[in-house]
Amino acid sequence: MPKCNCLPSSHVAIRGRRKIRRPLELIAKHPDAPDNQLDLRKVFNAHKPDMENVSPTSPSLSTDPITSRNARDEPVVLNHVNKTYLLDAINVPALTDINVLIRPNRFTVLSGPSGSGKTTLLNVIGCIDRPDSGELIIAGKSVQDMDDDALSDFRARHIGFIFQNFNLLPVLNAYENVEYPLVMAGLPVADRRKRVESLLKSVGLLEKARNRPGQLSGGQRQRVAIARALARSPRLVLADEPTANLDSQTGAMIIRLMRKIQKNYQVSFIFSSHDPMVLAEADDAIFINDGHIVSIKRDDDDMPPAR
Amino acid sequence: MTTFALALRNLLRNRRRSMTSLLAVMIGGFALLLFGGYIRNIAYGLETGFVTQSGHFQIQKKDFFLYGNGNPGAYGINGYQDVLKAVRTDTRLAPLLSVATPTLQLGGIAGNFAASASRTVVGSGVVVDEQNQMRLWNEYGFPKLPDPLALTGTASDAAVIGTGVARALDLCAELKVSNCQRAAAQVAASAAALPNDLAALSMQETPKTTAQAKTAIELLAPSARGAPNVARLNVVKAEEQGVKELDDIFVALHLVQAQKLIYGSEAPKATAILLLLKRTEDMPIARQYLGDLLAKIPGGDDLALLDFKTLNPFFGQTVRLFNVIFGFISLLIGTIVVFMLGNTMSMAVVERTVEIGTLRAIGLKRDDIRNLFVLEGLLIGILGAVLGVTLALIVSGLVNVSGLSWIPPGRITEVALTVRIWGEPDLIFITAFGLILVAGISAWFPSQRAARMNIVDALRHV
Repeated sequence: MPKCNCLPSSHVAIRGRRKIRRPLELIAKHPDAPDNQLDLRKVFNAHKPDMENVSPTSPSLSTDPITSRNARDEPVVLNHVNKTYLLDAINVPALTDINVLIRPNRFTVLSGPSGSGKTTLLNVIGCIDRPDSGELIIAGKSVQDMDDDALSDFRARHIGFIFQNFNLLPVLNAYENVEYPLVMAGLPVADRRKRVESLLKSVGLLEKARNRPGQLSGGQRQRVAIARALARSPRLVLADEPTANLDSQTGAMIIRLMRKIQKNYQVSFIFSSHDPMVLAEADDAIFINDGHIVSIKRDDDDMPPAR
Repeated sequence: MTTFALALRNLLRNRRRSMTSLLAVMIGGFALLLFGGYIRNIAYGLETGFVTQSGHFQIQKKDFFLYGNGNPGAYGINGYQDVLKAVRTDTRLAPLLSVATPTLQLGGIAGNFAASASRTVVGSGVVVDEQNQMRLWNEYGFPKLPDPLALTGTASDAAVIGTGVARALDLCAELKVSNCQRAAAQVAASAAALPNDLAALSMQETPKTTAQAKTAIELLAPSARGAPNVARLNVVKAEEQGVKELDDIFVALHLVQAQKLIYGSEAPKATAILLLLKRTEDMPIARQYLGDLLAKIPGGDDLALLDFKTLNPFFGQTVRLFNVIFGFISLLIGTIVVFMLGNTMSMAVVERTVEIGTLRAIGLKRDDIRNLFVLEGLLIGILGAVLGVTLALIVSGLVNVSGLSWIPPGRITEVALTVRIWGEPDLIFITAFGLILVAGISAWFPSQRAARMNIVDALRHV
C-alpha cells in the first residue's frame, strides 16, 4: 500500500474521531452456536487501522502527551480464552473458549447473572488476571505472554480501572489520588497539575481537590476514581459494577458522566454490570452465562446513539 | 506524591500501632547506646589505667615478660640509656611519642623490724618526673586525673607502698591508712596469747624508734649476681593502687635506689623502657617505627617490643567479655524489634490488601509494593533510631553530670559513673544503622508477601 498522508479508505474521520466504517462482526463461540466461529486474528488484521499509512501529523489524529492516540482504535481481541479456578481441589471453569472482539471507543457492557464470569472476563481484559490458555490482544499487542513487570507497565500505560468500592487511597486527597498514576509515570509537576486539574474539573470536583476520600460522598469518590482512571489517558477503562454501591440517582449521574467522558476523551469503556441503566447506555453488550458468551448485542451504527 | 510521602502517611494511618513499633525501636536503641556507652567508658578507663602505668609499649629483654618475674635483675637491658636515647632522638617517632622512661622491676621481701612483720613485694624503680608525666595522659578526657607519685620531691631512699603492704607491715597508723583495726586486733590477740614472761621479753627487745624510723622498712632483694642485698627505705606514703592484688605487693622507689639494690656497683640496667604515645591510634605505625629502630641499634635483636594489651591480658579479657554481653543484649533487642515491627507490618499488609490490589492494578510493580512496605519499616527504624540516639544522649549527659560513682570489677576504688555516647560516632552509627537494618529486615518479609499477592485475590479481599 502506498504511503500517503491520508486515511485508508475504510476509515473516515467523524467529529475528530476515526471510526471504522464497516462494523466488525463479533463472534462468540458458544456451544449453542458452533458454526459461527471465525479466526478473530484474521478479522482483527483485516479491520485494524492501517497505522503505517497514517501520518502522525494528520489533523484527524490528535496526539496525547502520554499515550499516542494513533493506536487508540485498536480493538480488544480475545481468542479462545479459557480460565479455570481451583476451588477446594475442584476445577471450576470461569471462562470457556471466549472469542470476542470488543470495538474501540465504545461503551461496552459485560452482563450476566452473578457467577457468570463477567468479572473474570473483565479481569482478564484488564490484565490483572491471566487466562489459562488463549490469546488476548490489547492495543495491538498480544499480552498473555508478557511477564509481570511488563504487564504492570502495560496496565499503567493503557488501562484505567474503576472499582465498585472506588478503591481510592485513603491517605491521599482527591487531587493526589488522581495525581498518583502521573507521578508513577514521571510526569513533571507542572504537567501533572494541569492534567489533574483538568480531570477534576471534568468530573466536577475541582473544589473538592483537597478532600480525602473519607470526606467525600460515594458519588464523589467514584468521580475521583473516574478521574484517576483517566489520568494517564488510557485507551481502555474497565469498570467493575461501578454503580453497585451508589443510589440510583447517583448511579445514573455517574453513568452519564462516564458516557460524556468516553466521548470527550475518546476512550473505550468496558463495564461489568447487570444494572439495566448501564445496559441502556451501552453501545455494545456482551451477555455471559456460565463462562460462555451467550449473545452479543451491538449498535452497528457508525454514530453512537443519540443521548 | 512520592513513595516516601505515601509511606509516611501510611504510618500515620494507624498511629497507635506505629507508635508502639517506634517506641520499641527507640527504647531498644536507647538501651543499646546507654550500655554501649557505659562499657566503652570501662574500656577507656582500663586502657587509661594500664597505659599510664605501663605505657603503650615496653621495650624489654627477650623472654623477660614470660620468665623474668622470678629474677628480674637477670633480664636487665644492657646499655638501656643508649636505647632510650635512640628512641627519644628518632625523628619519625618524635611526633608520636609522649614519654619514654626506664623502669626496673624487682621482687623481694619488705620487712618492718619494729613490728616484726614482713611480706613479699614486687617493686618498681622509676624516674619520678617521667612517671608523673605519664600520669597526665588522658586521651579520653576523664574528669579526674591520678595524683602525682608520692615520690615526687623525695630523697633517693624514699619509697611508696601499697596500702595492703602498709597493713601487712603494720604501718597503718604511721601512714594514716584506714581499715587497719582488724590487723591491730590480730597483733594484740597474738601478743596476748604469749606467756607473760615472753611478752615482757619481747617488749624489752622492741627498739625505741624515732619518728622517721617509724616509717622505715627494709627491702631484701636478690642482686644480679644472686646474693641478697638489703636497702633501708623510708616510706613516705601508702597509696591505693586500685586493684587489691597490686595494692598488697606494691613498692615504688627511685630508679637509682633500685639499681643500687640490684646491681650494686655494676653498670645500672633497666628491665623495661616504657613508651607512652600521644594517641593510642598511633600504635600500629609506632610499632613499625620501633621495630625498625630496634633492628638498627646494637643489641636490638635481643630486645622485644610488647604492647599494653599483651602486657595486661586482663584488658583484652574484660573488653571481650563486655563486647559479648553487648552482642547478646543487641541480639535480644534486635529480636524484640523484629517481632514487634514484623507484626506491625504484617497487620498493615493484611489491612491494606485491597489497596495493594488497587495499586498493582493501576500499574505498580511487585518491586514497587515491596519497596513501599520496606520503606515504611525503614522509616520507623530511622525515626526510632534518631529518637533513641537523642534520648540516650540526653540521659547519658544527665548521668555524667550527676556525680554517681561505682566500683568496677577488680578494683577497690570508686570511679565516676560515666556513659560515653557523645563523641562516639562509631557507637552511635553502628547502633542506629543496626536498628534501621533490623527494621528493614522486619518489614522485608511482610512486604514480600504483599508484593507476591495475586491482584484479583487482593481486590476481592474483605
